[in-house]
Amino acid sequence: MAHKKMTNIYLFTRYERLWHWLQFVLITILMITGLEVHGVYQLLGFDKAVAIHNFAGITWLILFFFFMFWVFTTGEWKQYIPTTRKLIDVALFYAWGIFHGEPHPVPARKGAKHNPLQRLTYLGVAAALLPLQMLTGFLYWSYNSWDAWGLGFLSLHLLAVVHMAVAFAILIFVIVHVYMTTTGHTVTAHIKAMITGWEEIEEGELVQEWEKHSP
Amino acid sequence: MRRGLFCLIFCVVAAALFLGVAAAVADETGQAPGVSMADQAQINSGRWSTVDHSKFDVLKQKFTTGEDVTKACLSCHTEAEKQIHKVIHWTWLSPTGGGLYGKAGYSINNFCISTNKMHDDECENCHIGWEKKKDGINCLKCHNTSSIDWRQEFKDLKEALDSGDPDWSGEIENDIIANVSKIALPQRRNCGECHFNGGGGEGVKHGDLDGSLVNPKKSLDVHMGIDGQDFTCTRCHTTMNHLVAGRVYSTPATGTIGKRVSLVQNDLAPKIACESCHTDKPHGNALKLDDHTDRVACQTCHIPTFARAHSTQMEWYWETAGKTDNGRVIQRKGPYGRPVYKSIKGDFVWKKNVKPEYFWYNGSIKSLTLKDVIDPSTEPVWISKPVGSPSDKHSRIAPFKVHRGSQPYDMETGRFLAPLLSEEDNGYWKTLDWKDSLTRGMKLIGLPYSGKMGFVKTCYVMPTTHMVAPKEDALSCIECHTRSGSRMAGIAGVYMPGRDRFMPLDIAGWGGALLALIAIALHAIGRIVMSAARRKEDK
Repeated sequence: MAHKKMTNIYLFTRYERLWHWLQFVLITILMITGLEVHGVYQLLGFDKAVAIHNFAGITWLILFFFFMFWVFTTGEWKQYIPTTRKLIDVALFYAWGIFHGEPHPVPARKGAKHNPLQRLTYLGVAAALLPLQMLTGFLYWSYNSWDAWGLGFLSLHLLAVVHMAVAFAILIFVIVHVYMTTTGHTVTAHIKAMITGWEEIEEGELVQEWEKHSP
Repeated sequence: MRRGLFCLIFCVVAAALFLGVAAAVADETGQAPGVSMADQAQINSGRWSTVDHSKFDVLKQKFTTGEDVTKACLSCHTEAEKQIHKVIHWTWLSPTGGGLYGKAGYSINNFCISTNKMHDDECENCHIGWEKKKDGINCLKCHNTSSIDWRQEFKDLKEALDSGDPDWSGEIENDIIANVSKIALPQRRNCGECHFNGGGGEGVKHGDLDGSLVNPKKSLDVHMGIDGQDFTCTRCHTTMNHLVAGRVYSTPATGTIGKRVSLVQNDLAPKIACESCHTDKPHGNALKLDDHTDRVACQTCHIPTFARAHSTQMEWYWETAGKTDNGRVIQRKGPYGRPVYKSIKGDFVWKKNVKPEYFWYNGSIKSLTLKDVIDPSTEPVWISKPVGSPSDKHSRIAPFKVHRGSQPYDMETGRFLAPLLSEEDNGYWKTLDWKDSLTRGMKLIGLPYSGKMGFVKTCYVMPTTHMVAPKEDALSCIECHTRSGSRMAGIAGVYMPGRDRFMPLDIAGWGGALLALIAIALHAIGRIVMSAARRKEDK
């Protein structure tokens, strides 16, 4: 395979990187404490685990509103519009092409930093999993106010099961997500991009017209 | 430029919010509403009186009988006798149940079984009259602060006067004059004389009530501790016309449990509870502790074990009573200096620092009487059991002492039997004769006895509500919120994080995570192998 000329592009803004790593910290804390509360192991002590879990959860909930604000005011939401175009190509790349040194069918570009598979995944995480987890977590936390809020019909058991199910889904996402960071042109290229903001890409590729707007 | 400014603003706002939430969630200095309310209930609680009983001439006379003392009391307290005759301390009957429940009714317990309608001599020791029910009320039993057994004192006086020994009778008379006017609201010792000795001895019955509460340390009872708040029993067991709040029979909890009436709002709530002073938000917002108060009784966490100072009896098997050593009664001692076998009573088991058992409880206890037909094939028979369920929002998970044993029952009628235990010349404790004592006992009660007697295993519950430990000794979360060995292992109908899980979900969740790990491992190996192969090709 002939090596193309490489160039650096500024892919992730300071805010995006801050937000990403903040979520990394929060998810780590919530996962460790949450699994302790679930009775998987004893580490910090149940009471401390509960206190930290609640604190981190509410913090995230509040910060999440800032993220929403950012996503909509900056127009970044367009980066998350799902598309089926080239979705199969990307999936095939990870299933076949990556083993044979083929180029990525939709490499990251400024203005289109997510490939179709990422768009779908991140939309699912940011628009479904996380809000659901925050909603169930918040209700879990406000348990004793249910009657006052007219939510007396809620079942703690059901809520706990949903909260736990989403937690498992997030855990699986994290496992795959961390692995996928190694699939750049070098093993650490994606992680470096999320730290510095700059990603090294092959020169000359342009953003496709279909990537700029939603179909 | 605009983006830089935006980032800066965001960082400042986020940091401020972060700190704000941190302060709100972790605020441990803020006083819980329950603490404020409890403090308020304590204002002006110092007892005071406008009377010094030692200055009353009527109490300076030479009393020769207890009845005379009562007459002196009633000369001022004109309504006292009328009030007393209506209260359960006198009647030994539950005001509800039509005479069925109570020691003077058909109730039985797991200890001395029955008072045979107040005919049993030993049981009578705790009645608040001078001699059996027909005689006058004994005010001194509850209101005299000396440690004299007044019933015995006047018996001794009579004996001394009859003997004609003026030194002996004079000594007793002086003792009476010196002590009879020591009058106050009931002290811990007054109540304890009977309630610390329930079941026929010190600490036998309750486990959360024994002689250690006469002068307790704060570590034993955070309210009654003489090195702390120094509560007397009546601080919580408030009274009205000699009616005492806070007893538990079949009467449903109409008072503070559920309705959550504060003593501050209503000083005469018919049922007292912790919430009467502490409200349902007693913990402050440091943790989710206040979220427990709708389902968990305060006592559950705040009384980690009962019988912390003295041992209490946990088991009593009447079926083994009656063995003798060639006609001589046996008494074998075991741990804590307590008897493990007595000819007159049977086998005992004693324990100290006992973890309670937990039940859903709405403030009522359902109990069997001598009139109930039991099914001996479903042992043990629960003579009393807490009433409550997770679907009843007035029910809480509450701690109980469960006393186990065996008791005689009529194999023909299927009812429990009540032997006469102590009388001048009769009773099982004198004769060790079941047939005779059961015949006499049941006759006094007015119920039939077929003559065919067997034993059945029984259980009996008592709410654990005294000996509230200081907060630092309260249960830690992990005592209940744990997969194995949870104190709440037997409690159904409530989801508890750490104890409960939805097994199919856990299997699917961990299975999914494992599959993801396997998949990425295989993928990674594939990449490494193929990449190496390609490099070889390039060369």
